[in-house]
Amino acid sequence: MSNNETTKNEYLLEVKDLKQYFLVKTGFMKSLPLKAVDGVSFNIKPGETLGLVGESGCGKTTVGRTILHLYNPTGGEILFDGKPVTPKTIDSMRKEMQMVFQDPYSSLNPRMTVEDIIGEPLDVHKMYKTKEERREKVLELMKLVGLNAEHATRYAHEFSGGQRQRIGIARALATNPKFIVCDEAVSALDVSIQAQVINMFEELQEKLGVAYLFIAHDLLVVRHISDRIAVMYLGRIVEIGDADEVSEHPIHPYTESLLSAVPYPDPKMAKERKRIVLEGDVPSPLHMPSGCAFRTRCKYATEQCAKECPPLVDKGNGHQVACWNR
Amino acid sequence: MSEHILSVQNLHTSFKTSKGDVHAVNGVSFNLDAGKILGIVGESGSGKSVTAYSIMRILESNGDITGGQILFKGKDITKFTEKEMREFRGKCCSIIFQDPMTSLNPVFTVGSQLKEAIELHTERKGKEAEARAIEMLTLVGVNEPEKRIKQYPFELSGGMRQRVMIAMALSCEPDILIADEPTTALDVTIQAQILELMQDLQKKLGMAIIMVTHDLGVIADMCDEIIVMYGGRVCERGTAEHIFYNPKHEYTKGLLQSIPNVDRMGEKLVPIPGTPINLLNMPKGCAFCPRCENAMKICLDEIPPEMLMPDGHFASCWLNVKEAMEKGEV
Amino acid sequence: MNDEMKDINQMPKKSPLSFQIDLQKFEKATDEEKRQQEVMSESISFFKDGVRKLMKNPLAVGSIIALIAIVLMIVIVPHIVPYGYSDIISVNGVRDKAAKNMAPFTWSEMEQKYIDDGGKLFPHIMGTDEMGRDYFVRVIYGTRVSLVVGIFAALLVLIIGVIYGSISGYLGGKVDLVMMRIVDIIYSLPDMLMVVLLSVVLREILNVDQFPFLRKLGVNMISLFMVFALLYWTGMARMVRGQILTIKSNDYVLAAKVSGAKAGRIIRKHILPNSISVIIITAALQVPSAIFTESFLSFIGLGVQAPMPSLGSLANAARAGISQYSYKLIFPAVMICLITLSCNLLGDGLRDAFDPKLRR
Repeated sequence: MSNNETTKNEYLLEVKDLKQYFLVKTGFMKSLPLKAVDGVSFNIKPGETLGLVGESGCGKTTVGRTILHLYNPTGGEILFDGKPVTPKTIDSMRKEMQMVFQDPYSSLNPRMTVEDIIGEPLDVHKMYKTKEERREKVLELMKLVGLNAEHATRYAHEFSGGQRQRIGIARALATNPKFIVCDEAVSALDVSIQAQVINMFEELQEKLGVAYLFIAHDLLVVRHISDRIAVMYLGRIVEIGDADEVSEHPIHPYTESLLSAVPYPDPKMAKERKRIVLEGDVPSPLHMPSGCAFRTRCKYATEQCAKECPPLVDKGNGHQVACWNR
Repeated sequence: MSEHILSVQNLHTSFKTSKGDVHAVNGVSFNLDAGKILGIVGESGSGKSVTAYSIMRILESNGDITGGQILFKGKDITKFTEKEMREFRGKCCSIIFQDPMTSLNPVFTVGSQLKEAIELHTERKGKEAEARAIEMLTLVGVNEPEKRIKQYPFELSGGMRQRVMIAMALSCEPDILIADEPTTALDVTIQAQILELMQDLQKKLGMAIIMVTHDLGVIADMCDEIIVMYGGRVCERGTAEHIFYNPKHEYTKGLLQSIPNVDRMGEKLVPIPGTPINLLNMPKGCAFCPRCENAMKICLDEIPPEMLMPDGHFASCWLNVKEAMEKGEV
Repeated sequence: MNDEMKDINQMPKKSPLSFQIDLQKFEKATDEEKRQQEVMSESISFFKDGVRKLMKNPLAVGSIIALIAIVLMIVIVPHIVPYGYSDIISVNGVRDKAAKNMAPFTWSEMEQKYIDDGGKLFPHIMGTDEMGRDYFVRVIYGTRVSLVVGIFAALLVLIIGVIYGSISGYLGGKVDLVMMRIVDIIYSLPDMLMVVLLSVVLREILNVDQFPFLRKLGVNMISLFMVFALLYWTGMARMVRGQILTIKSNDYVLAAKVSGAKAGRIIRKHILPNSISVIIITAALQVPSAIFTESFLSFIGLGVQAPMPSLGSLANAARAGISQYSYKLIFPAVMICLITLSCNLLGDGLRDAFDPKLRR
């Protein structure tokens, strides 16, 4: 069941200048494009975890959903295993890319048994010949995520949040995907259960070689699980690099203030920290500032920031930053 | 000697449901001193929010305080009549809730909601109340308060709404402010702003704060004293240093090991095994026992007593009793 | 430090010394002992859980009993009571002209003589009507007609409404917009007027005599059904569409899409099963409305063809002699009320039991 076959390409997933605009009605007969994702590029190697962080409205969830074509992209290119992912080709690739959702309560059909929920991808892709085969595969998956076999005939509402999330993960693994988008997969869980599920994600990656796009807002969790981190602000990536590197030596002013705002569960460290508090609120994505979207809250902002949007520039060791002044 | 402004003693709260009685709070005791910040930390099902609601007596219709006392400046709140409670709420003790979206009434302007609270509890009316409202908004850092007064909640951002909530809660200068997960629904940078605001206000106005949250990071930063709750009971009580650097309850220890921490990055997390407690089916003894790695036979049968630890904080765990016995201290 | 201890000790506290501690108890607890604390309740499906809740509701249970009783009555009674709904009472083959408008449980002169002579006659439980027909049988047949009409009309509304609503709700966007505007237009048409117009038009057009079944029902009934099929499904369509929009927003629909499921599968396996409760409840509440409409139409003379009775036409006929024979109005009216009330209460009970939103 391992996916460690060498792919022809270095990267499993290549996202180039991805754009996702939604038309929002702003008045009678008038509408503005909401640029949820505005030119996002990154790559993921097989078996790697890329953490995608940002605050609400930055577009991180939209990135995940656009890659999986739950919305058709407005622009840009997505390559999976070297092959382009388009509305036409996505159906043949669905087996390879899956998703785990945030809300353990609304992501499972309350009228289906656990066996049917996990077995659905198997049904859709006709991955078995007999009913016994299907049952076996489902039980195997349940074992993989730590669920008891006797739970297969139960209904989703009888389980706790952590167990439901495991069911969702088992469902995502059913088709042996090479890539899973974890959309805030642990955010809705209690702290003590989060650790169980995080560990499970890591074990599964070791065993099966799955790559993750781990979307979350909890920076400590993201740093723990990710190999690399990308920070998003208003639809663009402002910084991307090695997880520890970005967390300890952030270069972009937004990343700096984001990290300084994260509360540490450590009283001494908490008192010693210097907090960089950002003034004001996030501007509305319908009326984004010209040039660099962050300039309205940035203390280093210059005229150039208003004129042109800075590109991602490599500052060494794959640590890329989009800023004119740093 | 300073009397505690709030003293909760052996509080019990239960809810009647179609599936039986849910004992959400089972013998919780703690004290709050004037001007201090107390943190109540726990996960879902720990009873922390219910404790806060019990103090304000705003439980749902099927919930009731079934035992214990809550002494506010020496008077037992649980015995207050509804009229006395109405005077208590807002004036002596107020509360801010988690979701700023649903805590404000969408059909009234921000100003009228602020004025309502002010007019109910203070002598001000009309123009005076409005002036006070503007004063409060400035205090909580809302820009252009004269303009904001006329706006509706949906026109404000999440952080702004939470500031309005804080303004409403503080408009009557209560002695105690209860904050029930006030920043859980907010972004991290906004959370930092709001927490800083609360600390500032606390220094300025001198009220006591009870901070109910599941976020250990928030607790570490803000609180003078912390109580850790599980299954409706207090596991451990102490200062932040006690709880974080010298935990003496297995649950607290497990919790601290299961969260990612900066100085342990790269190490695997050690989760607490099992699933959260089912309040309909509570164990006879210690609530945490089924999930505890070091559970003993006595833990199954008897509720552990609260013991004073050598460094000065309290913990309720049979392992401490065992340790003390082995050292010959008992 | 000592102060703190004293404060908490305001309440009586056991100090560890006071325990008679059994040292053996400080041994480690086994996993088995710990596991005994955890129990998972028995597995119940959504359906069974709902049925259980429904049975706890006394009004719902009462309605179910009432409806079953009514159905049994309309099935059994025509076999027991020897009178037909259009038979004029005759004794020994002779038309009894005096057996008109008799009170319940009374006999006409001819009948009385027959009984005195030793003959056996089934009592007129509800008396007779103005044409000398047994009223009880007519009421029962009337109930039968009303119920059948109600159920069929509800079925029509169900099928059309569900299909229309699900297509509109699932496809969304412009299709949904257009379809809902059509619903708005239909909703605003006056239904009574349409029924009358249709029945007039149909009478001219349809050659009813060719189909004996249709002749029995009458043109009015056909036009009634047609109006139901054309106009009354809008409420159901809206409800279904609303429910589908809610369900669509759930993550499990997205999860199905990510798994590669196509629209057909998603509707079949995810959307419809979750909207069934709403559909059933709305359908259950349609029945009384259909019956009431039919009764109303029969009351104003646009209902079933005579001599077939319906509760409404019976009520209408009873108007004439209301002061003298008030019972003739009471019986069909009570029947209508009973059916309508039972269906409404049952619908409410179903909603309380099965609607997930109301779950605590």
